Amino acid sequence: MAKSVKVYSTPSCPWCIRAKQFLKENNIIFQDMDVSVDKQAADEMVQKSGQMGVPVLDIDGEIIVGFDKEKIKQSLGL
Amino acid sequence: MQIYDLIIIGAGPAGITASVYAARKKLSFLVISLDIGGQAAWSGDIENYTGYQFITGPELAGKFEEHMRKYGIALKENEEALALKKSGEVISVKTNKADYQARSVIIASGKKSKELGIPGEKEFKNRGLTYCATCDGPLFAGKVVSVIGGGNSALDAALQLTKISRQVYIINNTGQLGGDEIMRQKVQAGGNVTILNNSQVVSVLGDKFVSAIKIKDSAGLKELAVQGVFVEIGLIPNVAFAGEVEKNERGEIKIDSRNRTNIPGIFAAGDVTDVQEKQIIIAAGEGSKAALSTFRYLARKEF
Repeated sequence: MAKSVKVYSTPSCPWCIRAKQFLKENNIIFQDMDVSVDKQAADEMVQKSGQMGVPVLDIDGEIIVGFDKEKIKQSLGL
Repeated sequence: MQIYDLIIIGAGPAGITASVYAARKKLSFLVISLDIGGQAAWSGDIENYTGYQFITGPELAGKFEEHMRKYGIALKENEEALALKKSGEVISVKTNKADYQARSVIIASGKKSKELGIPGEKEFKNRGLTYCATCDGPLFAGKVVSVIGGGNSALDAALQLTKISRQVYIINNTGQLGGDEIMRQKVQAGGNVTILNNSQVVSVLGDKFVSAIKIKDSAGLKELAVQGVFVEIGLIPNVAFAGEVEKNERGEIKIDSRNRTNIPGIFAAGDVTDVQEKQIIIAAGEGSKAALSTFRYLARKEF
C-alpha cells in the first residue's frame, strides 16, 4: 500500500516548491499542508519536527526536515 | 575522461543565463550547482527586473529554470564544487560527487548569508532563528519578531514580516538604516515596526525555541522578548573552491570588463565577482557576457 505523505510548506519557499515538484514527478500522492494559513498544521509541524523551518515531510510517521532528496527517495523506495 | 568545452559553476541568474547562451552557441558543457535560482529564489517581491512590473523571487527563479531546461542542459544538481585547478589547457573541477574536466569555466557561484557568529545562533537555527524570511516568515504569524541588519535585504525581510507578524523590531548596528529610500518608507509605513539603531545583538536566548535576544546599545545591555530572529546582515562570496583565482579584499573574484579572471579560461559572473552592483538583472547580464567571452576564448584557441 502506498505510504501516507504529508508536506508542510509555505507557498513562497523555493525548497518547498521543489519538494512538491519532486513528489509529483514521481507520481507520489501527498497532502499539502500550507502552514502559512493553517495554524493547526503549523503547530503540528513544529511539534513533530521540533523546529520551525519548512519544508517538513511526514512519510508514514518518518519526519524529514528540508528537501533531502536522498532521504525522501529512500523512505519512499524510489 | 570527457573534456567539456565549458563548466558553469552555479545556477543563479548569472549561471542560468550563461547556460542559455552556451546552449545557443552549441558548446558542450555542464552546469554544477547546489541549488537552482540562487539568491533570486529567496527574494521577496521584485519590482525592478525589466519586463516584470511585479514578480516574486521564487516565480522569477522558476522562469529562469524553465528557460534553462528548455535547452536540455546537463545539470548536476545538489553538487558542490570543492576545488578548481588548471594544468596545461585543461581545467579540473572536483565536486563532492565526481571529477570533471573542461577547457573553460564560468564561476557563478554567488553569495551566501553571513552568520552573526554569536552564542545561540547555531543552537536556535530553525528554532526561531532563520536566514530566509521568504520561506519561514509565515510561521511567525501574530508573533513578535526581530530582523537583524539595516540594508535592503533586512528591509525586504522586515516588509514581508510587517504583513504577517504582530510586531517587528529592526536591530541595526549603525546610526541609520541603509538600503533604498522607497524601501525605508514602505517599512516605516508598516505601523508595527520599531527601529533600534546603534544596537548590536550579542546573543540569542531561549529554551526549546527562541524567546529573546540580548542587545547592546549606548545604554548597556538589555533583553528584548522576541520569538523570531531573522538574520539579514549581508552576504559572503562562495569562493572556497577557487583558491588560485584572484579576489578583492571582500573575497569577491576580480574580473575585467569581459568577465575574465587572472587565470586564462576561467571567467566569473554575478554576485561572486567584484562588479559593484548586486542585482538580479545585472547578474543575468553578466552571465550572458561571460558566456559570450568564453565562446570567443574557445574559438580563438581553436579547441
